[in-house]
Amino acid sequence: MIDWFAFVQAGIAGLAAVYCIVVGLARRVPNDYTVGSLALVELLLIAQLVVAIVAPFAGNHSTGNIVEFYIYLVVALLLPPLSVVWALVDRTRWSNVVLGAGAFAVAVMVVRMLQIWTANYSV
Amino acid sequence: MVQKKSTRAVGIGRVLIAVYAILALAATGRSVFQIATQFQQAPLAYSLSGVSAVVYIMATIALIGRGRRWYAVAWATISFELVGVLFVGLMSIVDPSVFVPSAKYVHSDHSTVWTYFGIGYGFVPLVLPILGMLWLVRTRPAVEPVQGDRFDGERFDVDGDEAAARPGA
Repeated sequence: MIDWFAFVQAGIAGLAAVYCIVVGLARRVPNDYTVGSLALVELLLIAQLVVAIVAPFAGNHSTGNIVEFYIYLVVALLLPPLSVVWALVDRTRWSNVVLGAGAFAVAVMVVRMLQIWTANYSV
Repeated sequence: MVQKKSTRAVGIGRVLIAVYAILALAATGRSVFQIATQFQQAPLAYSLSGVSAVVYIMATIALIGRGRRWYAVAWATISFELVGVLFVGLMSIVDPSVFVPSAKYVHSDHSTVWTYFGIGYGFVPLVLPILGMLWLVRTRPAVEPVQGDRFDGERFDVDGDEAAARPGA
């Protein structure tokens, strides 16, 4: 994992979370911008997946448990699509809050993924 | 006016369901990993972690489900979670050796979704059951779940409580 990329990614996911929740609490139904912010979060996660696959070949090895890392990454990859499907099905303002909750969970999980990648592996 | 009030409750309830689903996913992922790779280090903690994952999934389904039976299941699962997070949270402070019996593993991480009242999850596991209970009280069916089994409850329309709990659904 690349530290700065993980932090930028977590930051953007956090901003997307705040944005979606604010828009939802302002009584707006999901629009292209809130759904688009989750698409951006997903795009960065896919980039993170590519980085995680390529990094070991460039000498950037995980010191933590790589299986646990990939469980987090795969679950994180599922969250934006699931919350977007939710927003397309349930056309209420609360779906924006759901989008925000999904983005927030991704932000937390990216930070956790960085912790795992750099952890001292011990079982 | 009553319907408008209920509609808002259903709206927030949908967010609640989404957050429960995320927590169910998080707890399931973590417990499967822990049980598969390091179960012997903290058997009780990881067993509870696995049970909590299943209960979070059940609670998510129960919150989506209609009618009095799912309402009762929702109460049972959400109560279980509150008891679980309070018990495990307290024990992880008072006597951590309950969860990590062998001194050999004391220094490695055995955190679960309930450790230290869910600190690793922003205390969401502690707050969520309380919010869930408030939502259940607010969307209570016309007949109390306990009274539902008694014959005097039968004069109420079953469909009526579903409509009250989920208007516009």
